[in-house]
Amino acid sequence: MDPIQLLIICAQAGMLVNLMLIAAAYMVLAERKVAAWIQGRVGPNRVGPWGLFQSFADVFKLYLKEDVVPAAADYKFHALAPIISIAVAITIYAVIPWSGPLVTIDGHSYGLAMAPQMNVAILIILAMTSVGVYGVALAGWSSNNKYSLMGGLRSAAQMISYELSMGLAVIGVVLISGSLNLVEIINSQIANGWNIMYQPVAFLIFFVTSLAETNRAPFDLPEAEPELVGGYHTEYTGMKFGLLYLAEYASMLAAGAIMATLFLGGWDMIPFVDEAALLGLAPDSIPMVVLGHITFVSKALLMVFVFIWIRWSLPRFRYDQLMNLGWKVLLPLALANIAVTGICLLLFG
Amino acid sequence: MANVKTNTEAQRLTFWERIYLPEIARGMGLTFKQMLQPTFTRQYPEERWEPEGSYRGRPVLVLEDGKERCVACGLCSRVCPALAIEVRAAETTDDKERYPEKFEINMLRCIYCGFCEEVCPEEAIVMSKDYELVFGSQEEGILGKEKLLVPVAQLRDRLEFLRQWK
Ligand code: SF4
Ligand code: SF4
Repeated sequence: MDPIQLLIICAQAGMLVNLMLIAAAYMVLAERKVAAWIQGRVGPNRVGPWGLFQSFADVFKLYLKEDVVPAAADYKFHALAPIISIAVAITIYAVIPWSGPLVTIDGHSYGLAMAPQMNVAILIILAMTSVGVYGVALAGWSSNNKYSLMGGLRSAAQMISYELSMGLAVIGVVLISGSLNLVEIINSQIANGWNIMYQPVAFLIFFVTSLAETNRAPFDLPEAEPELVGGYHTEYTGMKFGLLYLAEYASMLAAGAIMATLFLGGWDMIPFVDEAALLGLAPDSIPMVVLGHITFVSKALLMVFVFIWIRWSLPRFRYDQLMNLGWKVLLPLALANIAVTGICLLLFG
Repeated sequence: MANVKTNTEAQRLTFWERIYLPEIARGMGLTFKQMLQPTFTRQYPEERWEPEGSYRGRPVLVLEDGKERCVACGLCSRVCPALAIEVRAAETTDDKERYPEKFEINMLRCIYCGFCEEVCPEEAIVMSKDYELVFGSQEEGILGKEKLLVPVAQLRDRLEFLRQWK
């Protein structure tokens, strides 16, 4: 790898990480705004126009806060947990195909995506989400606090149960697209129509499980405020808390982006329509790629909005209901979905 | 355990209710509608709330013709359940013969019950509309006569309300 390429990739990575953290901070603002609208309030509106700089004020405040670590906490793991959480989210961002190739330098093409052509992208995503549980479980355990530990344990149990159905839901998509490469999955959707049309059940399962994987309501048992104070992040303060918090929102956007990739056609604006021909542009021309990028991000943000919307609509599940849903409903459903998909592919594919 | 019923919830719900999704969609429709409703928030420091005459804010002394109406009878101090009022009487050559040399209300104790206003024979102490009470120290919370006296013109609403309803 020559130095120029290395430099460009480093710059790309730096940009992606920063964009991601800013996006996560703004999603916190979006969450507060949507919550306020649903509850007939206004939401943050003091810092900047419509409260647009509230996120910066929040992060700045968190930086200035004292970092309190409980005396009996395991300091090393206590500090490690937020790093794992945020690192997992960042790693997932690296494989998401945010846009097609934009510029070509020295025969290598670069887009907003770090590693769009990775041929095991889906496996990376599934692997990283399972590593993500370490962040939460370690945070809960190292805090030396009963509530935190309960939160960490619940999170571990919940993620293990839902990961299974999530993986099985993805298999349906992989069967149809015939590839683990996200770009190829998108291309097959551009050619044949979006996966959500062929795999509505898989989409539903994936959606529900990603709610559980990102610890979002109605599956936010790990941080159930009424019972566990704050769950796994009760004993966190300052920017360590901030990182855990941002990681939650970052993984929400990641989940939205993955759903956009796997089920909602990625860069495709309208299913079964060749937009490039419609607009009279070459399929790989820069305006098309930019349009595709905007489409992709809009789809991801739409999913994030639905996540937020659900949080302020539904009450939290009880622990036994959560487990019942995961093991007795979603898992058989996902298995049946794979069987049906397989048979259909065999017969008509 | 024979009379303990279990799982009545599952029996009560219909099939469509038990698969969650239609009901969830309904609930989410409701919250989405709510999102489009106007908000109720008042932008407080900019948009202040003007209370009605019936509002019981900070108790104040009525200032009429440059003097307080109070005759220092001490009834308000006696009736105050929070022991917030201190009155010290002195003599004057005016018609009313007595006036409060010292009149203090400890706003840290006051519970805005309005008993002082109710018991006052001279309508000399009334509840004002002032609800913005901020003190930098405990001492500041004890209001002396100079802070309690309010011209009668500003208390018209309350006096009107008292005439009508007391
Ligand atoms: S309003 Fe009630 S508590 Fe306050 S000074 Fe009057 S009698 Fe006392
Ligand atoms: S009851 Fe009225 S007249 Fe008597 S001391 Fe209190 S304020 Fe003055």
